[in-house]
Amino acid sequence: MSLDTVKNAEQTPDAEQPWAELGLKEDEYARIREILGRRPTGAELAMYSVMWSEHCSYKSSKVHLKQFGEKAPANDAMLVGIGENAGVVDVGQGYAVTFKVESHNHPSYIEPYQGAATGIGGIVRDILAMGARPVAVMDPLRFGAADHPDTRRVLPGIVAGIGGYGNCLGLPNIGGEVVFDSCYQGNPLVNALCVGVMKHEDIHLAQASGAGNKVILYGARTGGDGIGGVSVLASETFDATGPAKRPAVQVGDPFQEKLLIECTLEIFSEKLVLGIQDLGGAGLSCATSELASAGSGGMRVELDTVPLRDSSLSPEEILMSESQERMCAIVEPGKVDRFLEICEKWDVIATVIGEVTDGERLEIFWHGEQVVDVPPRTVAHDGPVYQRPYARPSWQDALQADAPTAERLQRPVTGEELKAALLAVAGSPNQASKAWITDQYDRYVIGNTVLATPEDSGMVRIDEETNLGVSVATDGNGRFAKLDPYTGAQLALAEAYRNVAAGGAKPLAVSDCLNFGSPEDPDVMWQFAEACRGLADACQILGTPVTGGNVSLYNQTGETAIHPTPVVAVLGVIDDVNRRTPIGFAEEGQHLYLLGDTADELGGSAWSEVAHGHLGGLPPKVDLERERLLGEILIAASRDGMIDAAHDLSDGGLAQALVESCLKGGNGARVIVPAGLDPFVFLFSESAGRAVVAIPRSEELRFNDMCGARGLPATRIGVVDGDVLEIQGQFTVSLAELKDAHTGVIEALLA
Amino acid sequence: MTTRVGVVTFPGSLDDRDAQRAVRLAGAEPVALWHRDKDLHQVDAVVLPGGFSYGDYLRCGAISRFSPVMDTIIEQAKLGMPVLGICNGFQVLCESHLLPGALTRNDSLHFICRDQKLRIENASTAWTGDYTQGQEIVVPLKNGEGRFVADEHVLDALEAEGRIVARYLDVNPNGSYRDIAGISNAAGNVVGLMPHPEHAIEPLTGPTTEGLGFFTSVLKQLVSA
Repeated sequence: MSLDTVKNAEQTPDAEQPWAELGLKEDEYARIREILGRRPTGAELAMYSVMWSEHCSYKSSKVHLKQFGEKAPANDAMLVGIGENAGVVDVGQGYAVTFKVESHNHPSYIEPYQGAATGIGGIVRDILAMGARPVAVMDPLRFGAADHPDTRRVLPGIVAGIGGYGNCLGLPNIGGEVVFDSCYQGNPLVNALCVGVMKHEDIHLAQASGAGNKVILYGARTGGDGIGGVSVLASETFDATGPAKRPAVQVGDPFQEKLLIECTLEIFSEKLVLGIQDLGGAGLSCATSELASAGSGGMRVELDTVPLRDSSLSPEEILMSESQERMCAIVEPGKVDRFLEICEKWDVIATVIGEVTDGERLEIFWHGEQVVDVPPRTVAHDGPVYQRPYARPSWQDALQADAPTAERLQRPVTGEELKAALLAVAGSPNQASKAWITDQYDRYVIGNTVLATPEDSGMVRIDEETNLGVSVATDGNGRFAKLDPYTGAQLALAEAYRNVAAGGAKPLAVSDCLNFGSPEDPDVMWQFAEACRGLADACQILGTPVTGGNVSLYNQTGETAIHPTPVVAVLGVIDDVNRRTPIGFAEEGQHLYLLGDTADELGGSAWSEVAHGHLGGLPPKVDLERERLLGEILIAASRDGMIDAAHDLSDGGLAQALVESCLKGGNGARVIVPAGLDPFVFLFSESAGRAVVAIPRSEELRFNDMCGARGLPATRIGVVDGDVLEIQGQFTVSLAELKDAHTGVIEALLA
Repeated sequence: MTTRVGVVTFPGSLDDRDAQRAVRLAGAEPVALWHRDKDLHQVDAVVLPGGFSYGDYLRCGAISRFSPVMDTIIEQAKLGMPVLGICNGFQVLCESHLLPGALTRNDSLHFICRDQKLRIENASTAWTGDYTQGQEIVVPLKNGEGRFVADEHVLDALEAEGRIVARYLDVNPNGSYRDIAGISNAAGNVVGLMPHPEHAIEPLTGPTTEGLGFFTSVLKQLVSA
């Protein structure tokens, strides 16, 4: 096939083009022709097709996502909001923190190791592109049933990919989630989060301005991997004689990424770049069009100067390639030499591929002939926007009516039955220890990890002199969201917020990864709309704005969608990491208090799943003012040294929290069921807005006074003691028995 | 005069800043050494840190061993300069033939990160003088290729000459022969250690502070030398 130049496109208006194979709809193709006033060239078509894909353009989700901006609470800490590579938050002492959670779901199912590995690589480059040093990663993961044969293929590969890439980058993996549910059998969710730290003055943005400034592509060579990763592509369409069907999954090289990080940070420290963008989804198409449209608009690129791994690649393929470990920087001519020198020091290939121009067109040339001439904004931002139809599913009422009442689901009554239920929940794959997985990740590197899995949140020190730190927790509960997506999204936020506060940090901001089924299904679209509305409303009340994130749709196989799964990450700040509160009951004799109110709320609970395989009813109620109050109490108690341990109550209720805190601290507990509470509800209800805390006796009065004055219910439920967990009048269970039930479960199924 | 301890950064080194912190907390001055630079900048001792130098491509430590800085380090080590290789650094020392044996893939085939109990088997090397013979310590361990292997007569010789510096206790995390966690050369100035003492130097970030002894030991050794 000969080169399809702009001139050629003008002369052959009726040439057949593979717009449908590239994933474009007929009206979208017509719109491109209208924008350009002619048919697009092959290269232009390639760019529009990837940039207008659901993944890049958010065309189905945009109308709902805009609430996150519209309802954003006023927050002085926000330095950079939605729309950049990642949001940036002021954490004091001149520091800014950037964080974001993103999905890499589809590639990880097809090729678990590389899919998960490049998910880490991509989010780390997003954080780096903001000007920050990446300091930690986390992985919220969801798999099909733990005992399903395909989970044995998918999970070990994904875990090895995360470890293989993240460990080699030298970033501590400090938390995340591992959830099993058969709804994820054909659609595992691999979300990845990265946190980065910088000084305020080091914030960088993705923009290209100033005619004559150079465009430098640096990092790995461009290959044929990941072509059309964000859309769908039959690469033969472009060139039937080229290498056949290239994989749509990218292949990662963490060593190259590590060099890219160190090289880029050195370049930042010498203030050599004006604008910078990482190459992720949609590769060079995305980087050039976004840099140009965020700047003055004009850019000229000589595409044949791009260093290649495969010399047979066509211009279209180079523009669409999602080869990893690449960055694109805008550099003043006088600083180019020094830029290239630093790249050479780190053995990173760097090439001037073009320059910023006076005009408002993105022009790309291939050996002197023009193959792209477009207004960059039309590629990067003016993609289609859909108002997808949505409607409350016909089955929603029946699902909610099927409440797990004592009549519907038999509950444990005797002490022996309660003990058996506690052990069954603690030993179920979802509640069991995930050490076999998280021990494959390095949590120590960089030497600043203060809290890591299985703590409620991950916490890192960011200043060794002042002990300033940040913490992050990610949470999501697809079962709750299935029962009620509005409340489910709010519960995800509430839990992450509570987890951050339980560690002693003040929650500041949110990033979200919204994992849903097909937007073309009105049921799914309703779930999505409800979840967005719920999350935006809750963020407004809690004062924690959404700073960015990502949407992953089409997580469904055939007609069956995954549970709606909004995963919410909350970032918090702590002035002195020495004040952090761990979950373990480490000191015998300390009194245990249950904070918050416990109601009979078992809908979507871990117990209903483990004991009965049941999902129905309504999720626990959300009281965001209560969450905020609980958070303030936990933070104040941590700051003033009133509590030695705190654990949020969520999946599995108090029973699970006691198991985890006893095992982590190596001490048992004697617990009394408060008067008026049914022992089963006390132990297994998943009412929100609760935590269990361990208080030194010397602080008890002060703590009680604080809770009383602020109106937070605080009930003394027992004492840390011995080597058994005793629920008085019901049962006792030794730590050894708890450990047996809680550990070894995952490896027995998957190793 | 402050003792200067160099910490080499190879491309792909990860725990270099951690090792520098440990040197600083032990009371010495950390000096960053660059893999391309043959000059050791008047350091008194050298730490080869953990990580994945050169991506661990080919074989862990195999490429680093040929970097310019290693020429000087090998030369100086033979003259008695204290050198500690941690994790990837241990692999580099084996590849450099400053230490015998090799480190291969963990028997579980998985990367493993855990708090590991060790017994100090030789408290008279340049890097272990601050411990007592038989002392038990807990420090983090994190590796994918940490299984120490050597042939029987090398292992017997290491035992006989007291060159096994530390052994794994309770759990052998990677299938190392004879539970070996660390060894030294005959002179005791070069030590390779698979676990990470530099991650056990502060109560805030480590499981213990029992790793600091490796760094304080070398200071005392240098001062008294």
